[in-house]
Amino acid sequence: MAKSKDGQNKKKMKISTVLIFFFCCIVAFTMLVPFVWMVSASFKLNSEIFSYPIKWIPEVFRTLNYEKVWQSIPFLQYFLNTLKLAVIITLLQLFTCSLAAFAFTKLHFPGRDKIFVAYLATMMVPWHAIMIPQFIVVKAFGMYNTHLSLIVLQAFSAFGVFLLRQNMLSIPDSLHEAAKIDGCSTFGIYRKIILPLSQNGLATLTVLTFNSVWNDYMGPMIYLDSDRLKTIQLGLASFQQQFSADYGAIMAGTVCSVIPIIIVYCIGQKYIVEGVAFAGVKG
Amino acid sequence: MASSVKKQPKKRMSRAARREAVTGYLYLLPNFIGFFIFTAIPIILGLLISFTDYNGFKWNFVGLHNYIKMFGDSQFKAALVNNLIYSLVSVPLTIAFSLILALALNRKLFGGGFFKTVFFFPNLTSMVAIGCIAMLLFQPADGPVNQVLRGIGIAQEHLPKWFMSTKTALLTVIIVVVWKQAGYYMIMFMGGLKSIPNHLYEAAKIDGANSWKLFWHVTWPMLSPTTFMVTILCFIASFQVFDIINVTTQGGPGRSTSVLVFRIYKEAFGEWKMGYASAIAYFLFVIILIITLIQWQGQKNWVNED
Repeated sequence: MAKSKDGQNKKKMKISTVLIFFFCCIVAFTMLVPFVWMVSASFKLNSEIFSYPIKWIPEVFRTLNYEKVWQSIPFLQYFLNTLKLAVIITLLQLFTCSLAAFAFTKLHFPGRDKIFVAYLATMMVPWHAIMIPQFIVVKAFGMYNTHLSLIVLQAFSAFGVFLLRQNMLSIPDSLHEAAKIDGCSTFGIYRKIILPLSQNGLATLTVLTFNSVWNDYMGPMIYLDSDRLKTIQLGLASFQQQFSADYGAIMAGTVCSVIPIIIVYCIGQKYIVEGVAFAGVKG
Repeated sequence: MASSVKKQPKKRMSRAARREAVTGYLYLLPNFIGFFIFTAIPIILGLLISFTDYNGFKWNFVGLHNYIKMFGDSQFKAALVNNLIYSLVSVPLTIAFSLILALALNRKLFGGGFFKTVFFFPNLTSMVAIGCIAMLLFQPADGPVNQVLRGIGIAQEHLPKWFMSTKTALLTVIIVVVWKQAGYYMIMFMGGLKSIPNHLYEAAKIDGANSWKLFWHVTWPMLSPTTFMVTILCFIASFQVFDIINVTTQGGPGRSTSVLVFRIYKEAFGEWKMGYASAIAYFLFVIILIITLIQWQGQKNWVNED
């Protein structure tokens, strides 16, 4: 009796697993199909793009859309600008956040925990609520319409401090105390002990920051005016508004803007997922 | 930890402790300077500006005028209403969708890792890219979505105009956003599901619970801290929606997709009414602050229960 019920349950499990598998396939299809359509459209003439039934694989792969994008706007310039910003901001964040997180976990000074709580509180302040006064401050420094404006705004992240602090808390204090007794300087401890042991957190912060700088749209829109300074999202958006009827070219530009993110995702997927899970636990 | 050391700052510190304190501040300094200039000062400055008519060049003190004006401004009211509708529709949809995805992936499934990767992927791409694709997919005349609808026999006059009609534009934005962000919250739910101890399920199974009962009596209550957190984060994000609106509809057609941040942007950087825009921004700030306070209160309660 018990055995047959068990068997029944197993059968039920199998059926439900198959159903869930099909459900997942359908969802995966809806998640991917817009991107597949994008790639397919980018190789087509405008007259072919909306033909029905949809031809997923273009009859002729035409690269004219890509040529158009790269010729009609300084796409390469946008690309390099974004890359420059992403690399500089990521490096600066790693540096300032890891130093601060190190101070918050391994050094003792009056008011340490109070300052940390203040950091936490500002994480709750939405960027959009203070973008106007931030703009005024940045403008007062004469940094409007320079890359420096975006760099100084994003190089200091409370979230980064928080993430790395959590990471460093798991490093036992005995390690750096032993090093201290052996005569290691504070900076030596930071560089030779703490940094290597918080690689996971550093990697997560790297990937998340790079991704967010690459995809940032509103920041560059507010702070950058000259065409030669524009980032890829800004360039893509203005291209889309300017050539709104040139579907193939818009899709070609979109493909180019997405490719680096796909590469980052392939390399750093594990860290991205860790970062999101972390944001979920700690808010 | 060594909190006994720093609990007595009034007493004279030993030389070593003093040196360590100075080092501590020095290590904090790079991040703190940036944080102070670009976050702390603007928080105060924003409030001050909201009491002026600052236009980028000169300013006069106008008291509460901006706040009073706000509630007589039909543009602002439309944006507030749209934003509330957007939040109240998109948040439950996102929660439901992402929870279903997390539950589906929470068991051993052929291709589970692949599905997780794919479900999360749209979240990483920029809203600008997604907006460009969505504009074409949802093109009313010959876009693929409407062609498929036509293909399954929906009459031409019933085909939705998606981004192009005041009736459907906000809904279309919601569809795109939910589709994009579901994978993000799915990851959070998966973390929550993993932390539910297995023995609870086993005990319930021995008591004869079917999978429906397992969900309602074990998973759902045990997951409630995660659900709460995800709801809060999702609500906060919903009050900051901007990119997708600016790329696809620009607040239109009419005012049908104008939302709070879009209004702030237009007033501040379109018309240079910085004072007035700051008042709206502070209004937004207060909304998000209230949601955050609810979160803190709720979290405390949950911690106590544990």
